[in-house]
Amino acid sequence: MTKTLKGIAASDGIAVAPAYLLVEPDLSFSKTSVNDVDAEVERFQKAVKESIAEVEQIRDTAKKSLGADEAQVFEAHLMFFNDPEFTGAIEQEIKKQKVNGESALDQTAQKFISIFEGMTDNAYMQERAADVRDVSKRLMAHLLGVSLPNPALIDHEVIIVAHDLTPSDTAQLNKKYVKGFITDLGGRTAHSAIMARSLELPAVVGTAEITKSVKNGETVVVDGLNGKAVVAPEKDEISKFTQMGADFAKQKAEWKKLRDQPSVTKDGKHYTIAANIGTPDDMTGVRENGAEAVGLYRTEFLYMNSAELPTEDDQFKAYKAVIEGMNGKQVVIRTMDIGGDKHLPYLPLPEEMNPFLGYRAIRISLKQQDIFRTQLRALLRASAYGKLGIMFPMIGTLNEFRQAKKIYEEEKAKLLKKGTKIGQDIQVGMMIEVPAAAILADQFAKEVDFFSIGTNDLIQYTMAADRGNEHVSYLYQPYNPSVLRLVKHTIDAAHQNGIWCGMCGEAAGDSVMFPLLLGMGLDEYSMSATSILRIRSQMKKIDTNDFKDLVDQAINVSETNEDNAKLVSDFMAKHTK
Amino acid sequence: MEKRDFHIIAETGIHARPATLLVQAASKFGSDVNLEYNGKSVNLKSIMGVMSLGVGQGADVTISAEGEDEKDAVAAISDTMKKEGLAE
Repeated sequence: MTKTLKGIAASDGIAVAPAYLLVEPDLSFSKTSVNDVDAEVERFQKAVKESIAEVEQIRDTAKKSLGADEAQVFEAHLMFFNDPEFTGAIEQEIKKQKVNGESALDQTAQKFISIFEGMTDNAYMQERAADVRDVSKRLMAHLLGVSLPNPALIDHEVIIVAHDLTPSDTAQLNKKYVKGFITDLGGRTAHSAIMARSLELPAVVGTAEITKSVKNGETVVVDGLNGKAVVAPEKDEISKFTQMGADFAKQKAEWKKLRDQPSVTKDGKHYTIAANIGTPDDMTGVRENGAEAVGLYRTEFLYMNSAELPTEDDQFKAYKAVIEGMNGKQVVIRTMDIGGDKHLPYLPLPEEMNPFLGYRAIRISLKQQDIFRTQLRALLRASAYGKLGIMFPMIGTLNEFRQAKKIYEEEKAKLLKKGTKIGQDIQVGMMIEVPAAAILADQFAKEVDFFSIGTNDLIQYTMAADRGNEHVSYLYQPYNPSVLRLVKHTIDAAHQNGIWCGMCGEAAGDSVMFPLLLGMGLDEYSMSATSILRIRSQMKKIDTNDFKDLVDQAINVSETNEDNAKLVSDFMAKHTK
Repeated sequence: MEKRDFHIIAETGIHARPATLLVQAASKFGSDVNLEYNGKSVNLKSIMGVMSLGVGQGADVTISAEGEDEKDAVAAISDTMKKEGLAE
């Protein structure tokens, strides 16, 4: 029977294909004693043989489809199966303790896993613990007579269905046959979502129960445009979705042609469309989608993907790579935005009742200044390689901005005194995401070089609603006139004081929000790289002379979020044909 | 019994690929081949054994072989050590 699941649209596009369940079978067992140890050893050896045959097949397939490097890991696994200290030791344990193979396997594997994991000074060896786990899992599956999913063996088009996807799962997938992802867990920033966007495959994450709702091989639709998964669709639905997928692919190909074109309106006005990035690796997407700047480089990942505070040099290298990569186009880097829902294992923060209203972002930087100063020095040094903008997150008061700016000036003076080369035209700006700062934007605008409106937080603070909480997520209303008034007030304040104003939340790439922002005269629109060409194409269709009434209506006449969604959609239908 | 000492110069010690190659080299011979490091001795035909020693750069290790082809075994392992830039 057809069943539709709602999830989060994590990567756009639509695909229809049989489901491939990347779900682990139950590998639990109980320890039993055996009388006939020879028979037990024989049963174990049979499992070894079957495992070897399976891994050889995986290795050969992987070599052909993924290349020799990716297949290397299976070569290593094969050695484990013939290892006298491993499978040999397991046989010894079966004989010595008169226990079943499952139990002997588990004991021996645990022993090696703890040896490898104990080598804390050696990350490489610690990772080998994962190999032992993989190999043991396969042996266990054969002993228990259940089968493991073998994604490397996929040889026809599939949609991957999983509880969650890890980097090691996706490394084994043959990109030729994978048409999309659907997962139980995850949000737009989960590994599976990021992976899907970089492969340009549709993905729906956070469906909660897709793995329980679909059987292996059953037809499934992944609708990454609307965040839907349809299990066992009817014939007419299949053709409808296939058509939608083809239309979208065609449109995407059209958009690709805009890559090297400037972002201009129908009446020839230019506005900057920039990209949001998290790591220097994202620069590929930035180039492929023709971003005119980087409007937000989230430095949190440098801190989150590290076992300790990143050094000044590590940060410098990352910032330099991005700044150089943009060839003189502006790169706006946001200082550390930790706290809220982002935590660091090595930087314990107090348990809080309201983490989003607590000790986070600039509030931490101003208290733990050593961390902040290290980051500022790395940024200043990197500024010599292009055009840098630095922005402080979560500024709520003028005093906070002044303190942050003062620390920046101190570090800059120290570096200059040492003769360090620093860029000439560094801009220092701030995020507008705390309503208090938006309301006083006219005062801030006299002291900062630019604003960048962070909509995710601005909306949740304005509406006092946690967007992750399903009971109140209906209050997360980007087009609510209250939010729009704050945005307009910020943009106007910027322009009255001769500075530029950007937006770096997902809202900038939202097709309803975009015309409103354009109507307000926002200068820079920073979004996921994959949204850039869609928005550039939308921009080309809009004549700014038609806007006069739109913004006025949206903030003075409309009463609700829905009013404005309809207002914009009617406006687009009327003015763009 | 045939024995030889090595001083490990490879930056990453005996890991991954070099460990695999040493195990492959040792496995070609009938003799019992052992790797000794830090007072512990493991079967050089075992990748798990070799890796569990965690031999790093600057370590001094001893290879020993016992059996009919012990001389050839130690010679072959020496070759691999040098060819892979593992030891001097």
